[in-house]
Amino acid sequence: KAPLTRRRPPPSKSAMAPPQHDPRRPYKRPAISDQQRRRDSALQTQSARRADAQARARSLANSLLSPQPSSPAAADQPPPSPDARGERGHDPTVADVASAAAKLRGPDQRRWFARQIMLPEWMVDAPPHLARDWHVSARPAGKRCMVVSSNGITISRLRNGTILHRFPSALPNGSKKGLSGPASSYSILDCIFHEPDETYYIVDMICWRGYSLYDCTAEFRFFWVNSKLTETSAGDPPSTYHRYRFSVVPMYESTLEGLQAAYSGSTPYVKDGLLFYNKHAHFQAGITPLTLVWKDNTCSQYLIDTDSEGQVPTEQHVVLELQEDGKLVTSDDPPIAFGSLDNEFIQKSNLRPGNLLRFSVRDESVKLVDGKMEIGQLQLAGKLNRSRTFADSHSKVLFQYAARHAPLRIEDLVAAVQSNSMEIESTDVEMQG
Amino acid sequence: MSYLTLLFWAYRVSMSLDVTQILLSAQSADGSIRKHAEESLKQFQEQNLPGFLLSLSTELATNEKPEESRRLAGLILKNALDAKEQHRKNELFQRWLALDAGVKAQVKALLLQTLSSPVASARSTSSQVIAKIAGIEIPQKQWPELIGSLLSNIHQVQPNVKQATLETLGYLCEEVSPEAVDQDQVNKILTAVVQGMNASEGNSEVRLAATRALYNALGFAQVNFSNDMERDYIMRVVCEATQSPDVKIRQAAFECLVAISSTYYDKLATYMQDIFNITAKAVRGDEESVALQAMEFWSSICDEEIDILDEYSSEFTADSDVPCYYFIKQALPALVPMLLETLLKQEDDQDLDEGAWNLAMAGGTCLGLVARTVGDDIVPLVMPFVEENITKPEWRHREAATYAFGSILEGPSADKLTPLVNVALNFMLSALVKDPNNHVKDTTAWTLGRIFEFLHGSALETAPVITAENCQQILTVLLQSMKDVPNVAEKACGALYFLAQGYVDAGSASPLSPFFQDIVQSLLVTSHREDAGESRLRTAAYETLNEVVRCSTEETAPIVMQLVPVIMMELHNTLEAGKLSTDEREKRSDLQGLLCGCLQVIIQKLGGMESTKFAFLQYADQMMDLFLRVFACRNATVHEEAMLAIGALAYAAGSSFAKYMAQFYQYLEMGLQNFEEYQVCAITVGVVGDLCRALEDKILPYCDGIMTQLLKDLSSNQLHRSVKPPIFSCFGDIALAIGENFEKYLIYAMPMLQSAADLSAHTTATDDEMLDYTNQLRNGILEAYSGILQGFKSSPKTQLLMPYAPHILQFLDALHNGKDMDDSVMKTAIGVLGDLADTLGVNAGPLINQSTSSKQFLDECLSSDDPLVKESADWARIAISRAVSG
Repeated sequence: KAPLTRRRPPPSKSAMAPPQHDPRRPYKRPAISDQQRRRDSALQTQSARRADAQARARSLANSLLSPQPSSPAAADQPPPSPDARGERGHDPTVADVASAAAKLRGPDQRRWFARQIMLPEWMVDAPPHLARDWHVSARPAGKRCMVVSSNGITISRLRNGTILHRFPSALPNGSKKGLSGPASSYSILDCIFHEPDETYYIVDMICWRGYSLYDCTAEFRFFWVNSKLTETSAGDPPSTYHRYRFSVVPMYESTLEGLQAAYSGSTPYVKDGLLFYNKHAHFQAGITPLTLVWKDNTCSQYLIDTDSEGQVPTEQHVVLELQEDGKLVTSDDPPIAFGSLDNEFIQKSNLRPGNLLRFSVRDESVKLVDGKMEIGQLQLAGKLNRSRTFADSHSKVLFQYAARHAPLRIEDLVAAVQSNSMEIESTDVEMQG
Repeated sequence: MSYLTLLFWAYRVSMSLDVTQILLSAQSADGSIRKHAEESLKQFQEQNLPGFLLSLSTELATNEKPEESRRLAGLILKNALDAKEQHRKNELFQRWLALDAGVKAQVKALLLQTLSSPVASARSTSSQVIAKIAGIEIPQKQWPELIGSLLSNIHQVQPNVKQATLETLGYLCEEVSPEAVDQDQVNKILTAVVQGMNASEGNSEVRLAATRALYNALGFAQVNFSNDMERDYIMRVVCEATQSPDVKIRQAAFECLVAISSTYYDKLATYMQDIFNITAKAVRGDEESVALQAMEFWSSICDEEIDILDEYSSEFTADSDVPCYYFIKQALPALVPMLLETLLKQEDDQDLDEGAWNLAMAGGTCLGLVARTVGDDIVPLVMPFVEENITKPEWRHREAATYAFGSILEGPSADKLTPLVNVALNFMLSALVKDPNNHVKDTTAWTLGRIFEFLHGSALETAPVITAENCQQILTVLLQSMKDVPNVAEKACGALYFLAQGYVDAGSASPLSPFFQDIVQSLLVTSHREDAGESRLRTAAYETLNEVVRCSTEETAPIVMQLVPVIMMELHNTLEAGKLSTDEREKRSDLQGLLCGCLQVIIQKLGGMESTKFAFLQYADQMMDLFLRVFACRNATVHEEAMLAIGALAYAAGSSFAKYMAQFYQYLEMGLQNFEEYQVCAITVGVVGDLCRALEDKILPYCDGIMTQLLKDLSSNQLHRSVKPPIFSCFGDIALAIGENFEKYLIYAMPMLQSAADLSAHTTATDDEMLDYTNQLRNGILEAYSGILQGFKSSPKTQLLMPYAPHILQFLDALHNGKDMDDSVMKTAIGVLGDLADTLGVNAGPLINQSTSSKQFLDECLSSDDPLVKESADWARIAISRAVSG
């Protein structure tokens, strides 16, 4: 029998219904029966699970981690699916792709993970409309990694695919405690792990609770990071079910004030340059000119690349990948060749395609043609050990060259921001004429 | 012609039946005679409704007939015009309206004539029947002369006619909605009623009928209450009636005041001083039935002010239609002492009587409402009473002091209460064990429960009342109290319930964990007490066990796991009993309900944790077997609880639940067919959703049956309307699970969805409840569309949905134009727009571009403050931009 919990319905103000007659009120009883609680909770969980099922169905369509059909690099290497689950026309789920990816080994895995991260080009010239179209933030020094939380565990992987940490976190489904929704719904964050305070600094968000942000603008993604992170306790100090703290990197408009805040403002982390995001750019895996990185000696300890002993070499070094045909190429997509090795040399030196080789560059052999760099002569300086996994990008080589000769200074960026704002004003004047 | 018809019917009636005899036989003590008479009446009604109604009203109107046959005639007439069940009610309405006008006129004339009968029961029955007919006809603009002819009766001299007429007016106001009556007629009704209430009315039967009529007529008096003079007059007459020498009139007058307090709260300011005086006088000196109504006036004012203040502080409106006049705050210094006095008027053994309701109980309840209304201000007014009485030798003082303290624990701030509770806690714990009086212990345990409910838990910012030091002591006392007499033990269980609830967010190390085994053990022992059937002790023990399990942590999971075979064994034992009496069957079914409820909670707990899920599912076979056997006992409440438990089990078991489907399916179907107990039907519909998510395409073999049943449910007029929205949502669940296999149901489901969509889009809700239902319906329809669209996504059969797309877009346009969507409908609706674009791709592009408001709708949702709406909108934006750009 239902316990006595007759509570009068709130009297109607509209006086549509005649007033209730029964003045009995619950006496020394809780207002709601446990049975009603069970009924209500069943209905609530059902509707939450329906929403999850819906969200899963929708994120399928967003084909989160599967290659972008428009990207030629992706076309030449179909999504790794050892289970052969993804026939054409049937998009594999986020979970399928990510778990399939986890089974990959060696260079395949490295390439696969590299493709998931958006890699900034190095800024050698200030882009137009810097103030209007860009965000800026101070980049934390540390290990760039992709953090995936699902099924009650959180895993961070470096660019090369190796696991940095396996840990419980307060990200959605990031620990056994408080699993909510389908345990397999993924959240994927682009982070920099900052050793000194053992904190993951979030620089971008790719997926949240199975909901892909792939097709969203940077502006929206930053809004999302900020609003979603506060819904969890991932920002709290570490605890049993939350090994590392997560923190959002403050993002500014690329105005004069924003630039100053990012450049000279104090941060809880050690800075390593500035990151610029084009507000309107969607997430795009791989190297993109729509995010840019820039640094000088003030905002970074590592302006000029060091050699394996940590010394700044007298000549600039570049790391290039050896291709099948002997060409030495950058990590760009498509790759740019800076030279080539002949077959005889390759065989004699016991080199293989895919090897990463370090070369020194003589200043006088460098020519800049239409913003592209040409190197007349490369001097092999050594073969890289396996920990290094990527060739330099063209923009990086160029940035390093510029850093040694005619760096893009903060003053130049300030000037770019200011000229931008004048430009906006002058447009108005022209319109009237 | 109608005259001839009437003659013919009268002839047939008189020739065929002796109605009086049948009516008397229908009340015979002899069951077979009674049954035969009832059969004849039923047959008569079915074969010749006009003749049936005519002869019954003739019976009722004929003063020479026996009183018993007249009363039953009236009752049957009433039942021929109205029914509780909505579907039947509509049917009866339609049948009445379709009758020959002459027959209806004749029936009505006979009824009006009966109002002048010297026999009181005939008059009274007739007024109810008249009101029923008015309820059908007046909204149809028929019987316009009724009110006029009733009012002309008022001027008759005979008090019995006057009394019956006023009673009829009262019933009429109860049956008819205020909008259906012209203000002019309302004015006349109110004038007649209020005059009848006036002290100058010498006949107390007339005055009582008028006072009761006013109670029902208050809803019609909006305009009159806005007019100062008229309102003053009505209020004066009502207040005077509270001073009548007749106790029934005084009670009815206070009932009017209670109704006025909620309906016209904002018009009361000038009368409050007087009302306080008369209510205080009644509470202190009048008979209990009157005093209770006087007290209820203040409880009702509290209800109003709590609602208004809630709206003031609510995040979204920060406003209220009605301003708060702070009547309670102003009355506080006089009101609280009056309430405290009543607490001392307990009845002996009131805690043993489930149905008891007396002045002391009402006083404490009102005190609790006052505390919620004014917050901190009540504390200094109550604490001296508590301190003065709590140690007195007379139990009434100690109980009243404890009850007063317990009553004010909700409302005042934790800052204000925590220091007091810290002092009181030890006293209470010791009283619970040592006080010699059961009532004191009962109220003490209840007060402890209130302390734990309102002043314990991680949400509070004040220093915790329960610490590592006193937690063990509290538990010791509560567990000991669970061995006390049933009413005290039940309250101790209740206190433990809230103690556990406060640790729901305690994280991995709950302070209850070290005692977990003891707690569970004590609750099981309590549930087995021979007297556990008294004071709903067994129910309380299981409900507390449920809460303890819900709030348990991973470290005590092994103990919860041990509970599984124990509860299963108990359930098994209920199934082994031999032949049972009706009473025993009902008790067994209650117990099965409790056990299934407990298993449901355990399933959710252990099935929801990765660390326990696997081990727990080892019990699934046995458990399912028990549930199926419980179903075989056939009882609605158990059916519902077992169904809920199965839904939880299906979700935990996932696709492996498929192996139970062959056996379970028949009960699923039975649940879906249970129109009468619509809760059972609703729960079963929810379980279908659970099954869809658990089994995914493995549910396909059962979908023909399920869909057939769901479609039947939707077309049924008998099924409670609240089940229909979840049925639509369930279509979505099924489609999402079986994908393009939903194809064969499209031709049935889509037209249903379309007509429901049309209906719900063009409903103008006249009140909150209606709006709420309309939005639930829309949500269900939209969830169906969403599931169907996503289910077909990436299928070669997507094109099958194209013909439905224009209608879906029209529905969305209509919703957008309607402007009365709530946020959850908005979220689902914009999601459907995205799903449409996503599934139909470029084919949907032109349609979306053509739709009148989708662009604007999307923009509105994108800038919504509700993050869920925004999230859905962002999804839709992406899908649409793909579809439109192609």
